[in-house]
Amino acid sequence: MIYRLTLLLSLWIGYGSAPEAGETTGVAVGSKEFTESVILGEIATQILENARIDVQHRKQLGGTRFLWQALIDGEIDLYPEYTGTLIEEVLGGRLQGKRDLATLRRVLAEQGVSMTEPLGFNNTYALGMMTARAERLGITTISELRDHPELKFGFSNEFMARADGWPGLKRAYRLPQQAVVGLDHGLAYRGLAGGRLDVTDLYTTDAEIQYYSLRVLEDDRGYFPDYRAVFLYRADLAERLPAVLPVLRQLEGRISEKEMTAMNAAAKLGKVSERKVAADFLRKRLAIASDGEVEGLAASLWRHTLEHLSLVAISLAAAILVAIPLGILCARRPRLGRLVLGATGILQTIPSLALLVFMIPLLGIGAWPAITALFLYSLLPIVRNTCTGLQNIPGPLLESADALGLPRFARLRLVELPLALRTIISGVRTAAVINVGMATLGALIGAGGYGQPILTGIRLDDTGLILQGAIPAALLALLIEGVFELAERRLVPKGLRG
Amino acid sequence: MSYTTREPFRVAHRKPATIDPVLSRNKFRGRVHEIQAINRYYRRMLKLSRVTKSYDGVAVLRDIDLSIPEGQVAVIIGASGCGKSTLLRLANGLVLPDRGTVELMGTPVTASTALALRRRMGYVIQEGGLFPHLTARGNVALMPGRLGWSSARTEARMIELAELVRLPTGALDRYPSQLSGGERQRVALMRALMLDPEILLLDEPLGALDPLIRYELQTDLKTLFTALGKTVLMVTHDLSEAGHFADEIVLLREGSIEQRGPMTALIDSPATEYVARLVRAQRSLVDGLVQRAT
Repeated sequence: MIYRLTLLLSLWIGYGSAPEAGETTGVAVGSKEFTESVILGEIATQILENARIDVQHRKQLGGTRFLWQALIDGEIDLYPEYTGTLIEEVLGGRLQGKRDLATLRRVLAEQGVSMTEPLGFNNTYALGMMTARAERLGITTISELRDHPELKFGFSNEFMARADGWPGLKRAYRLPQQAVVGLDHGLAYRGLAGGRLDVTDLYTTDAEIQYYSLRVLEDDRGYFPDYRAVFLYRADLAERLPAVLPVLRQLEGRISEKEMTAMNAAAKLGKVSERKVAADFLRKRLAIASDGEVEGLAASLWRHTLEHLSLVAISLAAAILVAIPLGILCARRPRLGRLVLGATGILQTIPSLALLVFMIPLLGIGAWPAITALFLYSLLPIVRNTCTGLQNIPGPLLESADALGLPRFARLRLVELPLALRTIISGVRTAAVINVGMATLGALIGAGGYGQPILTGIRLDDTGLILQGAIPAALLALLIEGVFELAERRLVPKGLRG
Repeated sequence: MSYTTREPFRVAHRKPATIDPVLSRNKFRGRVHEIQAINRYYRRMLKLSRVTKSYDGVAVLRDIDLSIPEGQVAVIIGASGCGKSTLLRLANGLVLPDRGTVELMGTPVTASTALALRRRMGYVIQEGGLFPHLTARGNVALMPGRLGWSSARTEARMIELAELVRLPTGALDRYPSQLSGGERQRVALMRALMLDPEILLLDEPLGALDPLIRYELQTDLKTLFTALGKTVLMVTHDLSEAGHFADEIVLLREGSIEQRGPMTALIDSPATEYVARLVRAQRSLVDGLVQRAT
């Protein structure tokens, strides 16, 4: 019986192929979790592809800190960044108040990081309001916000936290507003349009400025620095893959603010894939024929399914292998058991996003940290159910097993585990269903899966895309419920049913 | 003076055939068998010496000396909580004594020997203790499977035992939940007998059955004991049932042996007032039994 369970699991594991480990031979391009960054990442990827360089794009990995750390750790080789972000946020105090690019280059070099020349456009922060509302209140500059403390501010989470974001802005302009919430950048626009928010942070190349007809408030005190787009790359890249840099440099000074805004609009509002947007740009501006071929719906769905399944299957299989013995230990040694249950319980209470982020310094980005986090989450239900299942076996049955002369291990294998099997399976089932949901968050750290279209969908405000991830995830959860229902019917002996 | 110390004396002064069922079973087989039987009688199948056992500081059994000769059906009787089940569990090492020794066929029952010794003891508890996840067949074949019996040997033994315990054909492929109470106990008995143990330990095997089935099984068990000639140590709280099966009754009270002997001895010469009261309490039942016996 246990053999059959193991067999079933091993088949399942075999089904989803192991996720790829970080590429070592090619170039890994990273991008942040907003459209412009993804487009820039895609442009770099395609121009390198065109030069026959082995390249991989790890899209929408996360925020600045995340990408910077990934670059330092060598998880990625290059990613698009903004000078203002580097000066104000990443390098902070190390620049000693200097804001020139030469100093910036020098300090970056100390970190083993180099930077291209600016790509052309300046995408600085700004504050924006719905034009109609701004007109009614007569607001055209950030200073004038001081007279309206009742206004509701909603800022992207990163802006809320950055030194050059809300905290600095509030100080510089002495803004009195109290009702300030942090939320996803994409959602902020919807909040503005729906009237739930009055002011949000913008990027000056955002396509939505035009789409929602927003008024960009004048930065009358010159608070926001320049945010010139550049590519940051690891200093060792020039040595490791000398072919990369000359190709990448072709992009320097080639992307104007107007072009960037148009590309953002095409991707966000025109629902053109970033890959296509990037390909169009390269063809028009650099006469580079990139295929820009977009993965079809079926192909991307299939890929996400495989990614998702392997996240769930590997983490779950590992959890089963660890948690069942732990559960047995819990049942045998109740005092130790309380400790184990307590520890796994604490793991369960760590917010999933936080746990994912904790994994990064240890395991980098990609599938493995996500699998590890999912593994940790799966432990508790399996350990607890194994333990309960074993403890609930009636004493006379155990006594009968002993009286037959069954050794301890044989008793466990032939009597106890089969009797507890139903409870154990339901624990595994709980873990599996939780995992399917939780695995969608894996996309935040580059693990792929159904979270990828959901994340992109949120970013692009594209409900269709969100559903492309959400529906299969829900179906997968149902399917897993079904599989376990079936497994229970197959594995749990007839005598224990009904 | 306890009964145990008088035992050899007792055997010497009575006619063996009347007190020894082993001999009575073999009385038509001639002198050789008689001598063998007498020899067997003196071999102790199970021997408890000065055994004390307490749970959480409360003594359940106190200084018990008891030896069961090979081939004897001994029934332990007493009120609930008198330690009779503990006595049975001591025999197969499910519990170990705090003081004193338990020996089975001359081997001390200890933590290290218990496992091997248990395979030479059959054990049946009130509810049968059948594993609900296995069919009757699976239950019975569990140990043979572990010991590497061929399926032909297991099957042959199973058919033999099914006949012996009068298990209806077809019941073997059912799960315990699909069997009647009586069938469950028959299967449990088969499981206990599968490895052909030297001794059967039965803990209220008929306790959970309704009266008709219980009566039927009592009759069958009695026949079975006679046919097998195995040593049996059985626990019950029912005096008439004890009388029905026992060559010898061991009456326990609060952890000590109150009286030991055949049913007739308990009736005719109760050792204490407690025994007399117990006998009187079940008089009507016992009366019938005595009439049947005479």
